[in-house]
Amino acid sequence: MTATLSIAMVAELFPNGISHYAIGGILVGLGVTVIYLGTAIPAGASTFLESTLSYVSGLSRFQQYRVSRDWRVVFTLGIVAGAAVYALTFQSGILSSGLQPGANTGELRDVGGITIWLTEVQPWRLFLGGILIGIGTRLGKGCTSGHGVCGVGSASSASFVGVATFLLVAIGVAQLVMAMGVNP
Amino acid sequence: MAPEHEQHPLFLPLVFVGGLIFGFGLGFSHMAQPEVVLNFLQFEDLGLLFVMFGAAVVTGITFFGIKQFRREAPLTGAVYGRRLKTLDKNVVIGGGIFGVGWGLSGICPGAAYASLGVGNVVILYGIAGMFVGAYIQGYWRSTRAEGDAPATAAD
Repeated sequence: MTATLSIAMVAELFPNGISHYAIGGILVGLGVTVIYLGTAIPAGASTFLESTLSYVSGLSRFQQYRVSRDWRVVFTLGIVAGAAVYALTFQSGILSSGLQPGANTGELRDVGGITIWLTEVQPWRLFLGGILIGIGTRLGKGCTSGHGVCGVGSASSASFVGVATFLLVAIGVAQLVMAMGVNP
Repeated sequence: MAPEHEQHPLFLPLVFVGGLIFGFGLGFSHMAQPEVVLNFLQFEDLGLLFVMFGAAVVTGITFFGIKQFRREAPLTGAVYGRRLKTLDKNVVIGGGIFGVGWGLSGICPGAAYASLGVGNVVILYGIAGMFVGAYIQGYWRSTRAEGDAPATAAD
């Protein structure tokens, strides 16, 4: 009885299952692993924002990343390309798996035989949120990949504090925005 | 300065392959969909925990395990180390500001790049915002650092 009840509760917390989340997470970790084993660099995604600005701005804050800016562009292009491979395969239905439930948010649109996915989250939320993310991740020394994946994997106390802070604040803000009736 | 100015011919190809796996993982796990992240933050689907901690477990095994076998990375000669940052008030203030942005939009840097890859051109609003934000803090901190005495190339 208790067991059935807890299974039902778990199912409610994970209405889309967990397999694609866990597999995707392991792949994210493997991507970091491949780069780290070859180079000893624990790659995060948000430094790219500042290192790329060093191409167009002479500010000291950006120029300090000059030496890493080329590979960070390549890393980001790799991320875009990897997600595009997903779009060309699973998202477009060329590959399918019981471990991959497919998108049930946003809008799927067919463009010349390729299925693209479009968000319905309003542009102002993306833009304003983006500004705060640009400020916060750089001031706070990392984002979900730098602190959340590489930092936590390093058992770094700064990253534990960073993750706890942005996770709790984000939960509060998302709940507030939802309560105010902003959707999507 | 970390020895990141790399000459090895396999350096950039390896970074690209790593990014490719990373980006495919973000697509496969639906993290490229801001709605899925917002659903997590609103407690409607907690799957994101498996993504972030699944990835952290893999990197943790890598970071701690490799040192048993090798001291230096083959392509750079750099010594394997952990990703450690100084814990100061910036971690909390910056983390808080990032949290507001993440909660408002459902996007974060890596997932936003991946979102572009799955065809979500609307995410360009978010990526443009991130560059604006990164510029604002860089401008502020660069000019402030020049006003103060010797600029410290921290974090």
